[in-house]
Parts: sequence; structure tokens; C-alpha cells
Amino acid sequence: MRETLDCLGQRCPLPVIALARRLPDVPVGVVVRVLADDPAAANDIPAWCRMRGQEYVGTVTVDGAPAYDVRRTH
Amino acid sequence: MTYFDAAAAAPLHPVARQALLAALDDGWADSGKLYSQARRARQLLDAARATTAEILRVRPDELTFTSGGTEAAHSAVLGGLAGRRRAGERLVHSAIEHSAVLYAASDAGVPVAVDRLGRLDLDAWREAVKGPGVALAALISASHEVGTVQPVAEAAEACAAAGVPLYVDAAQSVGRIPVPDGWSLLTASARKWGGPAGVGLLVIRKGARWRSRYPDGERETCRDLPAMVAAAAALRAVTAEQAAEAARLAPLVDKIRRVVAATVPDVEVVGDPDDRLPHLVTFSCLYVDGEALLHALDRRGFAVSSGSSCTSSTLRPSHVLEAMGVLSHGNVRVSLHRETTEADVDRFLSELPGVVADLRAEAGVVGL
Repeated sequence: MRETLDCLGQRCPLPVIALARRLPDVPVGVVVRVLADDPAAANDIPAWCRMRGQEYVGTVTVDGAPAYDVRRTH
Repeated sequence: MTYFDAAAAAPLHPVARQALLAALDDGWADSGKLYSQARRARQLLDAARATTAEILRVRPDELTFTSGGTEAAHSAVLGGLAGRRRAGERLVHSAIEHSAVLYAASDAGVPVAVDRLGRLDLDAWREAVKGPGVALAALISASHEVGTVQPVAEAAEACAAAGVPLYVDAAQSVGRIPVPDGWSLLTASARKWGGPAGVGLLVIRKGARWRSRYPDGERETCRDLPAMVAAAAALRAVTAEQAAEAARLAPLVDKIRRVVAATVPDVEVVGDPDDRLPHLVTFSCLYVDGEALLHALDRRGFAVSSGSSCTSSTLRPSHVLEAMGVLSHGNVRVSLHRETTEADVDRFLSELPGVVADLRAEAGVVGL
């Protein structure tokens, strides 16, 4: 199962905030995919996962834009 | 106004001001000519060079004044690569060098990783400098963004074993902490130690391979003799105060690290807690816009710097914070200087939690 958050065009920290708002609403084990083209997202989404103890799965490209997968672990 | 950005430019040292004014009166003539005013200018320049060289423990003819730290860094990289063209074209450098070094390296750069604290991966460095076609290696003496002191002596040993010259960007260390030996090229910037802007240092050790980019092999590009004299006078003054200032400022940085972590929720204080510059501390506040934070602090009378992308002209986050893998938004760098008092620090620490809380409340991110 996977959910997608469209944060294209948003500047940091907005994509991280959107992720932090969304993740508690999905069941444990579900992946949230964050579409974000702000260059800071590539650094700050993994850093947020580390600080919050959530799993950073990795990055993929979706329709030419970067996307970041995060799994809720607790 | 409380100024906390000494890592960009320290306030002019009072000794530098005196020396500058005196040299404007006394050192305005062309030092290359053969009359008494010129001889006086020449004497001032020679004395400035001798003083600076003695402090750096190098020979006066190894030291040149450039028109600033950025130009010195460009000259070290470009001249160091040009002088070793026959050995190769590559520049091995830490991932956290100053952007002036990275821009000069351009496509020749081979970055070496740092750990979460911003300290060079020495094993990776040893492998990288042994690689094919390496003309030069570059290592910042201590990070200008997070303060972590780099293992310069060990990196220099690895370079010596591989037969690769080492360039050390000592802009944040000169006048603050000792810099280990073992390098071939070194640069610094006078305004970081309380000298005037527009004066940099480039040291080229005897026998080091370096080729000027200018006609006639020109090295010395600074022409502002009074500024050079003032830079040397300030360096002498801050070197005399160096140990005492480090002993005074390091506990203030400790206090900032401790109190910020305790009083601001969801904050990441970054950089090595122990092996670091005495005057510089960096932290990132989760969910806070760095630009908004700088403006809010400015309104409360604090001048600080930030590595957050929204505060940079390129809208990219700091490559240093990226290389460390630490949070880059909501980032603040506080750097202290000889005029900083404990009361300044205490006022900052008492106001910061409220400033961050207000910004989080405005953004609706409290409790996230």
C-alpha cells in the first residue's frame, strides 16, 4: 500500500511539514511517497526520518520529478 | 544590535583601525619607487609581511597578500593544479570545502565524504589521494559552517605518502586555533580575524608546485598597502589574545549548544561537540523556515547566518549540511568574536525559544 503527497512547487520546510502531518494518519507499514522538487527535500526528508525514527525507503523519479518514499514504522 | 556572524567577517579590531589610519598617512606612496616616501611604504609592507610570516611560522618570501580570502582560495586551487599538470588534473577535496574552493575545482574535483559530525572520512581520503591523476588535495582546517576541526595532520601524512601536495583553507582557524604543519599551500582571510576586508593570504611553501595565472608569474594581487598593514597588526593582536579568547568563547559555545538543545523542542545542534572551533555553533530547527528565522532574529537585534536553502541566492541548501546528512531547514549559525559578552549570549538564549515557538505557531506545526 502506498499514499502519495504532491508537494511539487513547495519550498522547504513545507514538504517535510506535509509529510509530518500525513504520516500519523496512515497505518503502520504503509509507505507515503512525497513528490517534491525543492532541492532541500532530498536532504531534509531523510533527516526528518532519522530524527523521528521513521523508515526512509529511498528516492525515485516520477514523471521527471524527484519523489521520496517513507514508511511509517511506529 | 548583537553581531553573531564573525565567521563571515569579524568587527574591525581596534589595533587594525589604528594601523590603517597610520598607514593611510604614511604608506600611500608606490612602494616600488626610489624616494623617501616610497621607502617608507616599502618598510611598512616588509614589516607587515615579516609579522604575518612569523605568526604563520613561514618564510616572508613564502607569503603573499591577495585581494581577499576568496581570491586566495581560487589562486591556491588553480595555481596548485596548474603547477602539477604533468601529474594529473584531479583535485581531491573534502565534501565540506568552502564554495570558493569548489567553484575553482569545477570538474576536476573528487569529493571525499564526512561523517554526521562533519569530520573527514580519513580512510576514504587515503584511498582518494592515492588515486590516478591526482594533482592536488584540499582540506579546510575547520568547517566554516559547523565548526568541526578537521584531521589536517593525518590528512597531510596521507598526502605525503601519496606524493600529493596539500592545500589547507585555514580561513576559520588563523587567529583562533593552531594549524598543523605538513601542507604545501595555505590560505586565510583577514576580515575573519578582525582585519579589514579585501586582504587575503596565500602561502606557497618553498619547493611547492604552483603556477600563477597572471602575466609575469604575478603572485601578490593585493595593492592596498594600508589594508595589508592593518591586517598584519590585527593578526598580531589576535594571536596574542588567541588562547585567552578561545578559553573565554568555547564555554559560551558550550552553553549555546546545551541550552538550545534543552529549551528549543525538535532542534538538531550539529557539528562535533568537542573537536571544534571555539567561536562557532550551528543548529537546525525542525519545521521552521530559515529565512523567516533570520528575519525574526534580526528584528530582535541578532545578526546570524544560515545554511538553509531559502537564505541562499541559489535556493540550494548548504552543501556542508547535505554532506553531513543533517537537517538543513531552520538553520542558524552563531559565530562569536572578541566583543561578544556572556550577556549577549544569555539574551539570545532567552529570546530564541520564543522566536522559534512563534514561527511554529504561525506555520501551524506545533505538536507535529
